[in-house]
Amino acid sequence: MDFVEKARIMDGPRINRALARLASEIVEENHGAGDLYLVGIRRRGVPLAERMADKIADLEGARPPVGILDITLYRDDLSTVGAEPIVNRTELPGDIESRNIVLIDDVLYTGRTIRAALDQLIDYGRPRRVQLAVLVDRGKEHRELPIQADYIGKLVPTKKSEIIKVMLQDFDEEEGVAIVERPSAETG
Amino acid sequence: MSTTFNRKHLLGIRDLSAEEITYLLDTAETFRDVSRREIKKVPALRGRTVINLFFEASTRTRTSFEIAAKRLSADAVNISVSTSSVSKGETLLDTARNLEAMAPDCIVVRHSMAGAPHHLARMCNAPIVNAGDGSHEHPTQALLDGLTIREYKGRIDGLNIAIIGDILHSRVARSNIHLLTKLGATVRVAGPGTLVPAEFAELVEHGLRVEQRIEDAIEGADVVMILRIQRERQNAAFFPSMREYSVHYGLHPSHLERASRDVIVMHPGPINRGIEISSEIADGSRSLILDQVTNGIAVRMAVLYLLARGNHSAHEEASVKPAGPAGPVGNAKRVRKGIRA
Repeated sequence: MDFVEKARIMDGPRINRALARLASEIVEENHGAGDLYLVGIRRRGVPLAERMADKIADLEGARPPVGILDITLYRDDLSTVGAEPIVNRTELPGDIESRNIVLIDDVLYTGRTIRAALDQLIDYGRPRRVQLAVLVDRGKEHRELPIQADYIGKLVPTKKSEIIKVMLQDFDEEEGVAIVERPSAETG
Repeated sequence: MSTTFNRKHLLGIRDLSAEEITYLLDTAETFRDVSRREIKKVPALRGRTVINLFFEASTRTRTSFEIAAKRLSADAVNISVSTSSVSKGETLLDTARNLEAMAPDCIVVRHSMAGAPHHLARMCNAPIVNAGDGSHEHPTQALLDGLTIREYKGRIDGLNIAIIGDILHSRVARSNIHLLTKLGATVRVAGPGTLVPAEFAELVEHGLRVEQRIEDAIEGADVVMILRIQRERQNAAFFPSMREYSVHYGLHPSHLERASRDVIVMHPGPINRGIEISSEIADGSRSLILDQVTNGIAVRMAVLYLLARGNHSAHEEASVKPAGPAGPVGNAKRVRKGIRA
Protein backbone atom coordinates (compact mmCIF):
# COMPACT_ATOMS: atom_id res chain seq x y z
CA MET A 1 0.00 0.00 0.00
CA ASP A 2 1.41 3.34 -0.98
CA PHE A 3 1.24 6.20 1.45
CA VAL A 4 1.35 9.82 0.43
CA GLU A 5 3.97 11.82 2.27
CA LYS A 6 2.45 15.10 3.46
CA ALA A 7 5.31 16.62 5.40
CA ARG A 8 8.82 15.84 6.54
CA ILE A 9 8.99 16.99 10.16
CA MET A 10 12.43 15.77 11.22
CA ASP A 11 15.63 14.84 9.41
CA GLY A 12 18.64 12.86 10.69
CA PRO A 13 20.48 15.73 12.46
CA ARG A 14 17.23 16.90 14.05
CA ILE A 15 16.54 13.42 15.46
CA ASN A 16 20.07 13.40 16.82
CA ARG A 17 19.66 16.80 18.50
CA ALA A 18 16.31 15.75 19.99
CA LEU A 19 17.89 12.60 21.45
CA ALA A 20 20.76 14.66 22.90
CA ARG A 21 18.27 16.98 24.62
CA LEU A 22 16.21 14.01 25.93
CA ALA A 23 19.39 12.38 27.29
CA SER A 24 20.29 15.51 29.17
CA GLU A 25 16.75 15.91 30.55
CA ILE A 26 16.75 12.30 31.70
CA VAL A 27 20.02 12.55 33.64
CA GLU A 28 18.96 15.87 35.15
CA GLU A 29 15.62 14.49 36.34
CA ASN A 30 17.21 11.28 37.68
CA HIS A 31 20.22 13.00 39.29
CA GLY A 32 22.77 11.25 37.11
CA ALA A 33 22.93 7.87 35.44
CA GLY A 34 23.48 5.77 38.57
CA ASP A 35 20.15 3.97 38.85
CA LEU A 36 19.06 4.46 35.25
CA TYR A 37 17.94 1.53 33.09
CA LEU A 38 16.71 2.24 29.55
CA VAL A 39 14.17 -0.09 27.96
CA GLY A 40 13.45 0.13 24.24
CA ILE A 41 10.13 -1.12 22.90
CA ARG A 42 10.46 -3.21 19.73
CA ARG A 43 11.13 -2.35 17.03
CA ARG A 44 12.13 1.27 16.69
CA GLY A 45 12.37 1.98 20.40
CA VAL A 46 15.39 -0.32 20.57
CA PRO A 47 17.88 1.64 18.44
CA LEU A 48 16.57 4.86 20.01
CA ALA A 49 17.35 3.44 23.47
CA GLU A 50 20.85 2.43 22.35
CA ARG A 51 21.56 5.91 20.97
CA MET A 52 20.19 7.52 24.10
CA ALA A 53 22.46 5.33 26.25
CA ASP A 54 25.47 6.46 24.18
CA LYS A 55 24.53 10.10 24.72
CA ILE A 56 24.10 9.56 28.47
CA ALA A 57 27.53 7.89 28.52
CA ASP A 58 28.99 11.03 26.86
CA LEU A 59 27.38 13.23 29.51
CA GLU A 60 27.96 11.16 32.63
CA GLY A 61 30.83 8.84 31.78
CA ALA A 62 28.71 5.81 32.59
CA ARG A 63 26.44 3.99 30.15
CA PRO A 64 23.12 2.81 31.60
CA PRO A 65 22.03 -0.76 30.79
CA VAL A 66 19.61 -1.16 27.87
CA GLY A 67 16.83 -3.75 27.77
CA ILE A 68 14.37 -4.76 25.07
CA LEU A 69 10.63 -5.34 25.39
CA ASP A 70 8.53 -7.19 22.84
CA ILE A 71 4.96 -6.46 23.82
CA THR A 72 3.24 -8.90 21.42
CA LEU A 73 2.06 -11.26 24.16
CA TYR A 74 0.65 -8.36 26.18
CA ARG A 75 -1.37 -6.69 23.46
CA ASP A 76 -5.09 -6.13 23.97
CA ASP A 77 -5.96 -6.43 20.27
CA LEU A 78 -4.67 -9.92 19.57
CA SER A 79 -7.61 -11.14 17.54
CA THR A 80 -7.85 -8.01 15.41
CA VAL A 81 -4.25 -7.75 14.26
CA GLY A 82 -4.01 -8.92 10.70
CA ALA A 83 -0.65 -10.32 9.74
CA GLU A 84 1.07 -12.09 12.56
CA PRO A 85 4.60 -10.93 13.16
CA ILE A 86 6.91 -13.38 14.82
CA VAL A 87 6.94 -13.00 18.58
CA ASN A 88 10.39 -11.70 19.37
CA ARG A 89 12.31 -12.09 22.55
CA THR A 90 12.20 -9.77 25.48
CA GLU A 91 15.65 -9.18 26.96
CA LEU A 92 16.04 -7.47 30.30
CA PRO A 93 19.59 -8.24 31.44
CA GLY A 94 20.37 -7.92 35.13
CA ASP A 95 17.85 -6.80 37.67
CA ILE A 96 15.24 -4.10 37.14
CA GLU A 97 14.37 -4.06 40.83
CA SER A 98 14.83 -0.60 42.40
CA ARG A 99 16.04 0.90 39.12
CA ASN A 100 14.78 4.06 37.45
CA ILE A 101 13.39 2.68 34.21
CA VAL A 102 12.95 4.89 31.17
CA LEU A 103 10.71 3.26 28.56
CA ILE A 104 11.61 4.44 25.08
CA ASP A 105 9.46 4.26 21.97
CA ASP A 106 9.36 6.10 18.68
CA VAL A 107 5.74 7.36 18.70
CA LEU A 108 3.15 7.88 21.45
CA TYR A 109 -0.36 7.67 20.02
CA THR A 110 -3.22 5.83 21.81
CA GLY A 111 -1.09 4.79 24.78
CA ARG A 112 -2.02 1.11 24.43
CA THR A 113 1.50 -0.02 23.57
CA ILE A 114 2.79 1.67 26.71
CA ARG A 115 0.06 0.01 28.81
CA ALA A 116 1.21 -3.38 27.47
CA ALA A 117 4.85 -2.50 28.13
CA LEU A 118 4.08 -1.47 31.72
CA ASP A 119 2.22 -4.72 32.39
CA GLN A 120 5.09 -6.75 31.01
CA LEU A 121 7.75 -4.77 32.86
CA ILE A 122 6.03 -5.34 36.17
CA ASP A 123 5.99 -9.11 35.51
CA TYR A 124 9.79 -8.91 35.53
CA GLY A 125 10.18 -7.03 38.80
CA ARG A 126 9.36 -3.91 40.76
CA PRO A 127 11.24 -0.89 39.47
CA ARG A 128 11.44 2.11 41.76
CA ARG A 129 10.12 4.40 39.07
CA VAL A 130 9.08 4.11 35.43
CA GLN A 131 9.23 7.07 33.06
CA LEU A 132 8.43 7.39 29.38
CA ALA A 133 10.47 9.01 26.61
CA VAL A 134 9.22 9.21 23.01
CA LEU A 135 10.65 10.73 19.88
CA VAL A 136 7.24 11.91 18.68
CA ASP A 137 4.07 12.60 20.68
CA ARG A 138 1.00 12.75 18.44
CA GLY A 139 -0.97 14.75 20.98
CA LYS A 140 -3.16 14.12 23.98
CA GLU A 141 -6.44 14.11 22.07
CA HIS A 142 -5.61 10.67 20.59
CA ARG A 143 -4.96 9.03 23.93
CA GLU A 144 -7.24 6.14 24.86
CA LEU A 145 -5.62 5.58 28.26
CA PRO A 146 -4.34 7.97 30.96
CA ILE A 147 -0.72 7.74 29.81
CA GLN A 148 1.59 10.70 29.07
CA ALA A 149 5.25 10.99 28.17
CA ASP A 150 7.81 12.46 30.59
CA TYR A 151 10.27 13.32 27.81
CA ILE A 152 9.13 14.32 24.32
CA GLY A 153 11.37 14.77 21.28
CA LYS A 154 8.73 16.60 19.26
CA LEU A 155 5.04 17.21 19.78
CA VAL A 156 3.20 16.75 16.48
CA PRO A 157 -0.57 17.31 16.52
CA THR A 158 -2.05 15.01 13.89
CA LYS A 159 -5.33 13.83 12.44
CA LYS A 160 -6.46 10.24 12.94
CA SER A 161 -6.17 9.55 9.22
CA GLU A 162 -2.51 10.49 9.30
CA ILE A 163 0.34 8.19 10.21
CA ILE A 164 3.70 9.15 11.70
CA LYS A 165 6.46 7.31 9.90
CA VAL A 166 9.73 7.12 11.81
CA MET A 167 12.68 6.00 9.71
CA LEU A 168 15.94 4.92 11.34
CA GLN A 169 18.96 3.63 9.47
CA ASP A 170 18.85 0.45 11.56
CA PHE A 171 15.70 -0.62 9.69
CA ASP A 172 15.22 1.89 6.86
CA GLU A 173 17.19 3.41 4.03
CA GLU A 174 17.17 6.89 5.52
CA GLU A 175 16.73 8.82 8.75
CA GLY A 176 13.77 11.05 9.36
CA VAL A 177 10.20 11.49 10.56
CA ALA A 178 7.36 12.11 8.12
CA ILE A 179 3.60 12.58 8.27
CA VAL A 180 2.03 10.26 5.72
CA GLU A 181 -1.57 9.57 4.82
CA ARG A 182 -3.37 6.72 3.10
CA PRO A 183 -4.72 7.60 -0.34
CA SER A 184 -8.24 8.98 0.18
CA ALA A 185 -9.86 6.03 -1.68
CA GLU A 186 -8.88 3.88 1.29
CA THR A 187 -10.83 5.86 3.84
CA GLY A 188 -14.34 4.93 4.84
CA MET B 1 11.06 -14.36 8.52
CA SER B 2 8.15 -13.28 6.40
CA THR B 3 6.40 -16.65 6.51
CA THR B 4 3.69 -17.20 9.05
CA PHE B 5 1.61 -20.08 10.33
CA ASN B 6 -1.95 -19.64 9.08
CA ARG B 7 -3.34 -23.10 9.62
CA LYS B 8 -6.42 -23.71 11.68
CA HIS B 9 -5.31 -27.07 13.06
CA LEU B 10 -2.11 -28.88 13.88
CA LEU B 11 -2.81 -32.46 12.85
CA GLY B 12 0.57 -33.72 11.76
CA ILE B 13 4.00 -32.80 10.51
CA ARG B 14 3.59 -34.52 7.13
CA ASP B 15 1.53 -31.70 5.61
CA LEU B 16 3.69 -28.84 6.93
CA SER B 17 6.32 -27.06 4.88
CA ALA B 18 9.87 -26.59 6.13
CA GLU B 19 9.10 -22.86 6.47
CA GLU B 20 6.05 -23.50 8.65
CA ILE B 21 8.04 -25.85 10.89
CA THR B 22 10.83 -23.30 11.23
CA TYR B 23 8.30 -20.60 12.09
CA LEU B 24 6.82 -22.81 14.83
CA LEU B 25 10.30 -23.51 16.24
CA ASP B 26 11.25 -19.81 16.15
CA THR B 27 8.06 -18.90 17.99
CA ALA B 28 8.67 -21.65 20.56
CA GLU B 29 12.13 -20.26 21.27
CA THR B 30 10.55 -17.01 22.46
CA PHE B 31 8.13 -18.87 24.69
CA ARG B 32 11.00 -20.73 26.30
CA ASP B 33 11.95 -17.41 27.93
CA VAL B 34 8.56 -17.11 29.66
CA SER B 35 9.19 -20.32 31.64
CA ARG B 36 12.52 -18.94 32.84
CA ARG B 37 10.95 -15.87 34.45
CA GLU B 38 9.87 -15.57 38.03
CA ILE B 39 6.33 -14.81 36.84
CA LYS B 40 5.85 -17.60 34.31
CA LYS B 41 2.75 -16.23 32.70
CA VAL B 42 1.80 -13.90 29.87
CA PRO B 43 -1.72 -12.60 29.21
CA ALA B 44 -1.74 -13.60 25.52
CA LEU B 45 -4.70 -16.03 25.72
CA ARG B 46 -6.57 -14.47 28.61
CA GLY B 47 -10.22 -15.49 28.49
CA ARG B 48 -9.64 -18.34 26.03
CA THR B 49 -10.47 -21.95 26.84
CA VAL B 50 -8.37 -24.96 25.89
CA ILE B 51 -9.83 -28.45 26.30
CA ASN B 52 -7.47 -31.39 26.66
CA LEU B 53 -9.44 -34.41 25.48
CA PHE B 54 -7.40 -37.52 26.21
CA PHE B 55 -8.68 -40.95 25.24
CA GLU B 56 -5.34 -42.55 26.12
CA ALA B 57 -3.33 -42.52 29.30
CA SER B 58 -0.84 -39.66 29.44
CA THR B 59 0.79 -37.74 32.23
CA ARG B 60 3.60 -35.90 30.55
CA THR B 61 1.85 -34.67 27.42
CA ARG B 62 -1.40 -33.75 29.15
CA THR B 63 0.40 -31.90 31.93
CA SER B 64 2.60 -30.18 29.38
CA PHE B 65 -0.40 -28.91 27.40
CA GLU B 66 -2.11 -27.86 30.63
CA ILE B 67 0.89 -25.90 31.87
CA ALA B 68 1.39 -24.37 28.42
CA ALA B 69 -2.23 -23.17 28.35
CA LYS B 70 -1.99 -21.76 31.87
CA ARG B 71 1.24 -19.91 31.17
CA LEU B 72 -0.62 -18.21 28.33
CA SER B 73 -3.42 -17.29 30.78
CA ALA B 74 -5.92 -19.59 29.02
CA ASP B 75 -8.27 -21.74 31.06
CA ALA B 76 -7.37 -25.39 30.62
CA VAL B 77 -9.94 -28.14 31.12
CA ASN B 78 -8.76 -31.75 31.19
CA ILE B 79 -11.03 -34.60 30.18
CA SER B 80 -9.71 -38.14 30.36
CA VAL B 81 -11.49 -41.20 29.10
CA SER B 82 -12.11 -42.78 32.47
CA THR B 83 -14.18 -39.86 33.69
CA SER B 84 -15.99 -39.04 30.47
CA SER B 85 -19.29 -40.19 29.07
CA VAL B 86 -17.39 -42.20 26.48
CA SER B 87 -17.66 -44.99 29.00
CA LYS B 88 -21.41 -44.54 28.72
CA GLY B 89 -21.29 -45.23 24.98
CA GLU B 90 -21.01 -41.76 23.45
CA THR B 91 -19.13 -41.57 20.14
CA LEU B 92 -15.98 -39.54 19.63
CA LEU B 93 -17.81 -37.10 17.43
CA ASP B 94 -20.71 -36.59 19.84
CA THR B 95 -18.27 -36.01 22.66
CA ALA B 96 -16.41 -33.41 20.62
CA ARG B 97 -19.60 -31.66 19.50
CA ASN B 98 -20.84 -31.43 23.04
CA LEU B 99 -17.56 -29.93 24.11
CA GLU B 100 -17.66 -27.58 21.17
CA ALA B 101 -21.06 -26.32 22.29
CA MET B 102 -19.25 -24.99 25.36
CA ALA B 103 -17.24 -22.70 23.05
CA PRO B 104 -13.63 -23.77 23.54
CA ASP B 105 -10.99 -21.92 21.54
CA CYS B 106 -8.92 -25.05 20.96
CA ILE B 107 -9.34 -28.79 21.50
CA VAL B 108 -6.24 -30.91 22.11
CA VAL B 109 -6.95 -34.56 21.28
CA ARG B 110 -5.16 -37.78 22.01
CA HIS B 111 -6.75 -40.97 20.70
CA SER B 112 -5.68 -44.56 20.08
CA MET B 113 -7.11 -44.46 16.54
CA ALA B 114 -5.02 -42.95 13.77
CA GLY B 115 -6.94 -40.13 12.12
CA ALA B 116 -9.24 -39.35 15.05
CA PRO B 117 -8.06 -35.69 15.28
CA HIS B 118 -8.40 -35.32 11.48
CA HIS B 119 -11.95 -36.57 11.73
CA LEU B 120 -12.74 -34.00 14.43
CA ALA B 121 -11.06 -31.27 12.41
CA ARG B 122 -13.41 -31.98 9.51
CA MET B 123 -16.52 -32.10 11.65
CA CYS B 124 -15.93 -29.39 14.27
CA ASN B 125 -15.30 -25.66 14.15
CA ALA B 126 -12.74 -25.42 16.94
CA PRO B 127 -9.03 -25.62 16.12
CA ILE B 128 -7.77 -29.16 16.79
CA VAL B 129 -4.30 -30.10 18.01
CA ASN B 130 -3.23 -33.70 17.57
CA ALA B 131 -1.58 -34.82 20.81
CA GLY B 132 -0.97 -38.30 19.41
CA ASP B 133 -3.26 -40.47 17.28
CA GLY B 134 -2.54 -44.19 17.40
CA SER B 135 0.66 -45.06 15.56
CA HIS B 136 0.20 -42.15 13.18
CA GLU B 137 1.54 -38.76 14.30
CA HIS B 138 2.52 -36.81 17.41
CA PRO B 139 3.43 -33.41 15.96
CA THR B 140 4.22 -31.50 19.16
CA GLN B 141 6.67 -34.24 20.21
CA ALA B 142 8.53 -33.92 16.91
CA LEU B 143 8.55 -30.12 17.30
CA LEU B 144 9.97 -30.30 20.82
CA ASP B 145 12.60 -32.77 19.63
CA GLY B 146 13.45 -30.42 16.77
CA LEU B 147 13.69 -27.49 19.19
CA THR B 148 15.99 -29.50 21.48
CA ILE B 149 18.27 -30.53 18.61
CA ARG B 150 18.42 -26.94 17.38
CA GLU B 151 19.27 -25.74 20.90
CA TYR B 152 22.23 -28.11 21.25
CA LYS B 153 23.41 -28.44 17.64
CA GLY B 154 22.46 -25.01 16.35
CA ARG B 155 20.84 -26.55 13.28
CA ILE B 156 19.03 -29.60 11.93
CA ASP B 157 20.12 -29.35 8.30
CA GLY B 158 22.93 -31.79 7.49
CA LEU B 159 22.79 -33.75 10.75
CA ASN B 160 22.84 -37.56 10.93
CA ILE B 161 20.07 -38.77 13.19
CA ALA B 162 19.48 -42.37 14.30
CA ILE B 163 16.06 -43.48 15.54
CA ILE B 164 16.20 -46.81 17.36
CA GLY B 165 13.46 -49.13 18.53
CA ASP B 166 9.84 -49.89 17.77
CA ILE B 167 9.48 -47.77 14.64
CA LEU B 168 6.36 -49.62 13.49
CA HIS B 169 4.14 -48.54 16.36
CA SER B 170 5.74 -45.18 16.98
CA ARG B 171 3.91 -41.96 16.14
CA VAL B 172 6.93 -40.16 17.59
CA ALA B 173 9.14 -41.79 14.95
CA ARG B 174 6.76 -40.96 12.09
CA SER B 175 6.40 -37.30 13.05
CA ASN B 176 10.14 -36.99 13.63
CA ILE B 177 11.03 -38.64 10.31
CA HIS B 178 8.84 -36.09 8.52
CA LEU B 179 10.15 -33.12 10.47
CA LEU B 180 13.83 -34.00 10.38
CA THR B 181 13.96 -34.92 6.69
CA LYS B 182 11.97 -31.81 5.72
CA LEU B 183 14.57 -29.71 7.55
CA GLY B 184 17.44 -31.43 5.75
CA ALA B 185 18.68 -34.11 8.17
CA THR B 186 19.51 -37.69 7.22
CA VAL B 187 17.56 -40.17 9.31
CA ARG B 188 18.51 -43.81 9.83
CA VAL B 189 16.10 -46.11 11.62
CA ALA B 190 16.93 -49.48 13.17
CA GLY B 191 15.33 -52.06 15.42
CA PRO B 192 14.05 -55.64 15.31
CA GLY B 193 13.06 -56.55 11.74
CA THR B 194 9.47 -57.14 12.84
CA LEU B 195 9.28 -53.56 14.16
CA VAL B 196 11.20 -51.85 11.36
CA PRO B 197 9.70 -52.95 8.05
CA ALA B 198 11.81 -52.19 4.95
CA GLU B 199 8.81 -50.39 3.39
CA PHE B 200 9.44 -47.58 5.84
CA ALA B 201 12.05 -46.24 3.45
CA GLU B 202 9.15 -45.17 1.22
CA LEU B 203 7.57 -42.98 3.91
CA VAL B 204 9.43 -39.91 2.71
CA GLU B 205 10.97 -39.09 -0.63
CA HIS B 206 14.56 -38.86 0.50
CA GLY B 207 16.71 -38.67 3.59
CA LEU B 208 15.55 -41.92 5.24
CA ARG B 209 17.43 -45.22 5.47
CA VAL B 210 16.36 -48.46 7.11
CA GLU B 211 19.22 -50.33 8.80
CA GLN B 212 19.23 -53.89 10.11
CA ARG B 213 21.67 -53.36 12.96
CA ILE B 214 21.58 -50.51 15.41
CA GLU B 215 25.37 -50.19 15.13
CA ASP B 216 24.95 -49.21 11.48
CA ALA B 217 22.34 -46.59 12.33
CA ILE B 218 24.45 -45.07 15.10
CA GLU B 219 27.69 -44.95 13.06
CA GLY B 220 28.68 -41.28 12.95
CA ALA B 221 25.31 -40.11 14.29
CA ASP B 222 24.98 -36.59 15.73
CA VAL B 223 21.73 -37.46 17.49
CA VAL B 224 20.44 -40.81 18.75
CA MET B 225 16.73 -40.99 19.47
CA ILE B 226 15.59 -43.99 21.46
CA LEU B 227 11.95 -45.02 21.33
CA ARG B 228 9.99 -46.55 24.13
CA ILE B 229 8.99 -50.19 23.83
CA GLN B 230 5.22 -49.82 23.81
CA ARG B 231 4.06 -52.79 25.77
CA GLU B 232 0.47 -51.65 25.36
CA ARG B 233 0.68 -52.00 21.59
CA GLN B 234 2.49 -55.36 21.51
CA ASN B 235 -0.48 -57.59 20.73
CA ALA B 236 1.65 -60.04 18.77
CA ALA B 237 5.10 -61.39 19.52
CA PHE B 238 7.38 -58.97 17.71
CA PHE B 239 10.43 -60.10 19.66
CA PRO B 240 11.00 -63.05 22.01
CA SER B 241 11.49 -61.27 25.34
CA MET B 242 12.29 -57.92 26.93
CA ARG B 243 15.63 -59.36 27.98
CA GLU B 244 16.52 -60.31 24.45
CA TYR B 245 15.40 -56.89 23.20
CA SER B 246 17.64 -55.22 25.73
CA VAL B 247 20.65 -57.29 24.68
CA HIS B 248 20.27 -56.69 20.94
CA TYR B 249 18.52 -53.33 20.68
CA GLY B 250 18.98 -51.56 24.00
CA LEU B 251 21.33 -48.57 23.91
CA HIS B 252 24.53 -49.19 25.87
CA PRO B 253 27.54 -46.92 26.38
CA SER B 254 29.64 -48.97 23.94
CA HIS B 255 27.24 -48.04 21.12
CA LEU B 256 27.98 -44.36 21.52
CA GLU B 257 31.66 -44.88 20.71
CA ARG B 258 30.55 -45.27 17.08
CA ALA B 259 28.62 -42.03 17.11
CA SER B 260 29.90 -38.52 16.57
CA ARG B 261 32.04 -37.27 19.48
CA ASP B 262 29.43 -34.78 20.67
CA VAL B 263 26.43 -37.05 20.13
CA ILE B 264 23.26 -36.25 22.05
CA VAL B 265 20.75 -38.87 23.19
CA MET B 266 17.01 -38.29 23.30
CA HIS B 267 13.99 -40.29 24.40
CA PRO B 268 10.33 -39.19 24.35
CA GLY B 269 9.65 -40.84 27.72
CA PRO B 270 8.55 -42.52 29.81
CA ILE B 271 11.74 -44.56 29.75
CA ASN B 272 11.98 -48.29 30.44
CA ARG B 273 15.30 -48.28 32.26
CA GLY B 274 17.56 -51.17 31.35
CA ILE B 275 15.39 -52.19 28.40
CA GLU B 276 15.66 -49.72 25.52
CA ILE B 277 18.22 -47.50 27.25
CA SER B 278 20.75 -48.17 29.98
CA SER B 279 20.51 -46.04 33.12
CA GLU B 280 24.08 -44.97 32.60
CA ILE B 281 23.14 -43.24 29.35
CA ALA B 282 19.73 -42.01 30.49
CA ASP B 283 21.28 -40.22 33.47
CA GLY B 284 24.51 -39.30 31.68
CA SER B 285 25.75 -36.00 30.32
CA ARG B 286 24.71 -36.77 26.72
CA SER B 287 21.10 -37.34 27.69
CA LEU B 288 18.69 -34.50 26.91
CA ILE B 289 15.60 -36.29 28.16
CA LEU B 290 14.70 -33.59 30.68
CA ASP B 291 15.52 -30.77 28.26
CA GLN B 292 12.97 -32.35 25.93
CA VAL B 293 10.34 -32.07 28.64
CA THR B 294 11.20 -28.41 29.26
CA ASN B 295 11.07 -27.62 25.55
CA GLY B 296 7.73 -29.42 25.29
CA ILE B 297 6.07 -26.61 27.22
CA ALA B 298 7.59 -23.94 24.95
CA VAL B 299 6.47 -25.77 21.81
CA ARG B 300 2.94 -26.28 23.11
CA MET B 301 2.71 -22.63 24.16
CA ALA B 302 3.68 -21.63 20.62
CA VAL B 303 1.13 -23.99 19.07
CA LEU B 304 -1.71 -22.95 21.38
CA TYR B 305 -0.84 -19.28 20.92
CA LEU B 306 -0.91 -19.53 17.14
CA LEU B 307 -4.11 -21.61 16.97
CA ALA B 308 -6.29 -20.39 19.84
CA ARG B 309 -6.10 -16.68 19.04
CA GLY B 310 -8.80 -17.19 16.45
CA ASN B 311 -7.52 -15.22 13.46
CA HIS B 312 -6.30 -18.08 11.31
CA SER B 313 -7.50 -18.16 7.73
CA ALA B 314 -10.46 -20.44 7.14
CA HIS B 315 -9.43 -21.71 3.71
CA GLU B 316 -7.08 -24.24 5.20
CA GLU B 317 -9.97 -26.41 6.41
CA ALA B 318 -10.52 -27.73 2.93
CA SER B 319 -7.03 -29.13 2.71
CA VAL B 320 -7.36 -31.49 5.68
CA LYS B 321 -6.30 -34.84 4.37
CA PRO B 322 -7.36 -38.27 5.55
CA ALA B 323 -5.09 -40.09 7.95
CA GLY B 324 -1.98 -41.82 6.73
CA PRO B 325 -1.00 -45.44 7.27
CA ALA B 326 -3.98 -46.61 9.26
CA GLY B 327 -6.60 -45.10 6.97
CA PRO B 328 -9.55 -42.88 7.77
CA VAL B 329 -11.63 -43.31 10.86
CA GLY B 330 -15.40 -43.32 10.51
CA ASN B 331 -17.34 -42.09 7.51
CA ALA B 332 -19.82 -39.68 8.99
CA LYS B 333 -21.38 -37.27 6.54
CA ARG B 334 -20.69 -33.58 6.60
CA VAL B 335 -24.27 -32.62 7.28
CA ARG B 336 -23.88 -30.77 10.56
CA LYS B 337 -21.03 -28.72 9.24
CA GLY B 338 -23.21 -27.29 6.50
CA ILE B 339 -25.84 -26.18 8.94
CA ARG B 340 -23.35 -24.57 11.24
CA ALA B 341 -21.35 -22.74 8.64
